[in-house]
Amino acid sequence: MTAEQIAELKSEIIRISGTNPKACMQCGKCSGTCPSYDEMEYHPHQIVRMVETGDLEPILNSPSLYKCLSCLACLERCPRQVEPAKIVEAVRTVVERQKENNHLPKEKIRDFLDDDMPQQAIVSAMRKFSK
Amino acid sequence: MQKFSYYPGCTLKNKASELDLGAREAAKILGFELEEIPEWQCCGGVYPLNKDEITQKLGAVRALKYAANHGQKLVALCSACYNVLKQVNNDFAVDEEIKQKVNNYLALNKSDYEDGNPYNGDAEVVHLLEVLRDDVGFDVLKSKVKNPVQKKIAAYYGCLLLRPSKILKFDDAENPTILENFIEAVGGESVKYSMRNECCGSYECLEDGNTNPNTEFGAASKSEKIIKDAVSHGAEIIITACPLCMYNLKKAINNLDGEFAGRPKIEIKYFTEILCEALK
Repeated sequence: MTAEQIAELKSEIIRISGTNPKACMQCGKCSGTCPSYDEMEYHPHQIVRMVETGDLEPILNSPSLYKCLSCLACLERCPRQVEPAKIVEAVRTVVERQKENNHLPKEKIRDFLDDDMPQQAIVSAMRKFSK
Repeated sequence: MQKFSYYPGCTLKNKASELDLGAREAAKILGFELEEIPEWQCCGGVYPLNKDEITQKLGAVRALKYAANHGQKLVALCSACYNVLKQVNNDFAVDEEIKQKVNNYLALNKSDYEDGNPYNGDAEVVHLLEVLRDDVGFDVLKSKVKNPVQKKIAAYYGCLLLRPSKILKFDDAENPTILENFIEAVGGESVKYSMRNECCGSYECLEDGNTNPNTEFGAASKSEKIIKDAVSHGAEIIITACPLCMYNLKKAINNLDGEFAGRPKIEIKYFTEILCEALK
């Protein structure tokens, strides 16, 4: 990516998230409280930092984006109101809004269901993983 | 008799019918009315965190507008519906742009706009637990209990009832008490354990065993930790208000191993199920 493309994508991510990654002081509280921490290659505080510094390419291609479950523990506990969940969501969104880039395409979701799975799970997963 | 607008949501009409039926029966006994909103639409399951996702909020707004027009509080039972309705309603108080854009959409549809008024965020969203606490009163509820539950019950809050606490204002997000007080009111003994406000793994259950073959991770492992914590503290029943937590926790029971495998199986119930059992 060119410096210009990175700057454009960074401002798009910040616009979509409505938050300010600059306010982050890297205390790591978000990562410490994240229930998916052990499953992530890049952790919430790192993702916030990478957006702020424009180090976007590694996270755009990282499976860590799909490990956030919007439990909002990070958002609740952030002492600087950075709301990391919104930044992770925005990064995932710019990836999924590209053509044929959905994490769970609608036609695939059908194969993952079982008889007891609540509608809520299906609707939520489609909202999160299919744009 | 006090009347509330009632938003059941998609899952309560289907896989979580016990959550819905328990509430309707309890309302009759306790003397308030849950009037189901006509033609309600799905809330979307998750609140859209992205600033530019406006149409995803319309289903919730239609329910909010209906309740506001009828001068009734809007009651939700499902944690996810409650979370979405309340957060979307909050947008109208804090975000002029979202308010304007949503109303532009509403104006396009005659049935949304037949009263000619935009939606201004006037609805009051409450959870049934708040109705029981604030409108009925836990002391009154206690006096109407015929069949006290008399079991050790672990309250499982999960995420969506509590966070973000600044918007939901449901309870203290780190040290909630409403479900414990509810348990005591219906004659149970509340069990406190540290994982009661941790995430069950939510919609990650779709990925377990599919795109995520690693069984150490995912919703199954997150829910297993919660169950083990509750069992370790002596719980016989876990109660929840969320159909997705119910699904994940129930599935996790079957994976218990080691010292937990030999113990009597813990039950997972909706809070309205034990409410109904206690009142009958």
